[in-house]
Amino acid sequence: MRVVLAEDLALLRDGLIRLLTAHDFEVVEAVDNGPSLVRALVNHRPDVAVVDVRLPPSFTDEGLRAALEARHQVPGLPVLVLSQYVEQLYARELLAQGSGGVGYLLKDRVSDIGQFVEAIRRVAGGGTAMDPEVISQLLSRHRDSSPIATLTPREREVLGHMAEGRSNAAIAGAMFITEKAVGKHTNSIFIKLGLEQSEDDNRRVLAVLAYLDAAPGS
Amino acid sequence: MSQPVQRYPVGPEPYPAGPVASDGPAQPVEVPAQANRWAMFGYSALQVLLSVYGWLIFALLIVAIVLVIVWIGLPVLLVVLAMLRGYADLHRRLDSRILGAPIPPPYRRPVDAGGGGVFVRLRMRLTDPATWRDMVWLLEVQSLGFALHIAAFVAFPILPIGYWGSPLLMRMQASITRVLIGPTGEKELQQRIGQLETSRAASVDHSAAELRRIERDLHDGAQARLVALGMNLGLAEELITRDPDAAAQLIAEARASSSTALSELRSLVRGIHPPVLADRGLTGGIEALALTHSGPVDVDVQLPGRPPAPVESAVYFAVAEAVTNTAKHAAGASLWIWGRYDADADGQGHLRITVADDGVGGATMPPAGGLAGLAQRLETFDGRLTLASPSGAGTVITIDVPCTLQSATARPPAVH
Repeated sequence: MRVVLAEDLALLRDGLIRLLTAHDFEVVEAVDNGPSLVRALVNHRPDVAVVDVRLPPSFTDEGLRAALEARHQVPGLPVLVLSQYVEQLYARELLAQGSGGVGYLLKDRVSDIGQFVEAIRRVAGGGTAMDPEVISQLLSRHRDSSPIATLTPREREVLGHMAEGRSNAAIAGAMFITEKAVGKHTNSIFIKLGLEQSEDDNRRVLAVLAYLDAAPGS
Repeated sequence: MSQPVQRYPVGPEPYPAGPVASDGPAQPVEVPAQANRWAMFGYSALQVLLSVYGWLIFALLIVAIVLVIVWIGLPVLLVVLAMLRGYADLHRRLDSRILGAPIPPPYRRPVDAGGGGVFVRLRMRLTDPATWRDMVWLLEVQSLGFALHIAAFVAFPILPIGYWGSPLLMRMQASITRVLIGPTGEKELQQRIGQLETSRAASVDHSAAELRRIERDLHDGAQARLVALGMNLGLAEELITRDPDAAAQLIAEARASSSTALSELRSLVRGIHPPVLADRGLTGGIEALALTHSGPVDVDVQLPGRPPAPVESAVYFAVAEAVTNTAKHAAGASLWIWGRYDADADGQGHLRITVADDGVGGATMPPAGGLAGLAQRLETFDGRLTLASPSGAGTVITIDVPCTLQSATARPPAVH
């Protein structure tokens, strides 16, 4: 799988290249600033891009903007955005385009190598990988309003994992229950939230995220 | 009718001989709304009637001065000066309404108002130049002032001259009063200095407290975790050949420690200098804050640029505190955040933000609380934070800071 990497801290960049290469990714280009990133993405059209939010020259949200710009030019280009902090605002911008193939993770998650690689593959496959921290922020926004309040604790846990973008199998593994049990929970959740079920995993995740992202009570 | 505007507070002027007065935080002076014609007519009548009291004071003053030769004149003089001060205060209040501008009292506040005998207090009164100005003013207000008030009162019903001329005469007399017994330019400067000193002291205290908090959080939080992490890795190093499973366990714990340390550092940074504020400015920062609210939210913040970083930070944290309070006490309520930048009547640009909710209301601003601290922080920039929260009718917090906005920094040209 071909990857474009954008990270301005040399130490981290080298570490990521090593990590990715060790897991059978081919790093076609590794850049360290925003403008080069847009160019690299459009030129190489990789299978997935792993991008740090904070890049020169502005050291603000350069990486995020480059990712959105590249996805504008190459619709559906899978991008996984890494950051030292997560903001609901940025997650919303990434999801605004309405298509899959986006991820937004704390850099901390890199230390759990298995999960990190799984997230990259998921995003490359058109799915989503939202950081649990963002999801918990989104969920806490809805904590007082039904119908989220009508979910059982287990269902809420499943909802959280779903919103992160994980498949039923992955959720089952994380919660130590069977896939069938997960399926039952997701059915119940979709009915309670009034969302349409979908065979397509990606579409269903996007539906959940759109629901959570909207203002509570609306 | 213009809204009452709060100007900078009247602070105590330190008394020359003796320790500095400290009456606590100064009260802001309220600027009264300008009186309309009919009110002025009423005032003219009132002031004509009051001049009787003025004559009484004048007479008593003469008597007291004469009696100074005998000792009984001294306490009488003290009493008469107090009456004169009261009379002058009354006129200052009336005339400030006539002019639509404040006339704060220019007196020195004595160190120990209660104690001291007659001699001490008399000396304090007589060495205050404001007392002498009061006496000169008394001569004026009883003669020329009286004439102007009578003229205004009588002329008012006589149209058309009276309708316009009467307020003019009232304003004339009010201006004379202000010149004679209002604060001098020097006095106003001194008051301003007093206020600046207070807010600077508060600002320095705040900075010092912040730094202590950061040091403590780093020491107890991230530093402690990194130490634990190092320990675990060291132990794992020892055990890796003898007991690989235990080593693996320790390494996993070390990883968890690093995660927690990063999480704590994130919170710390957010409390000092939130990244979203730095990246997206006040507008973006407020939008991000609004997203944390668990009820319906409406954000309407339109700013043509960014305020200076310290102002931006203070305003952001004030809004954050307001939003947190709403979440704490009125979780499901609707929240509105409104922000604009307008020029004031005096040409100074003001950043105005309003945070309102329709929750239970009844919120207060205890002096040691977060909101009061942030209000104090805003005062460093001559900003104001006001809270209106009638019980059962929601809460409105208004932030008003004079500042200049820098136009949004242009993005640097792309490097090719």
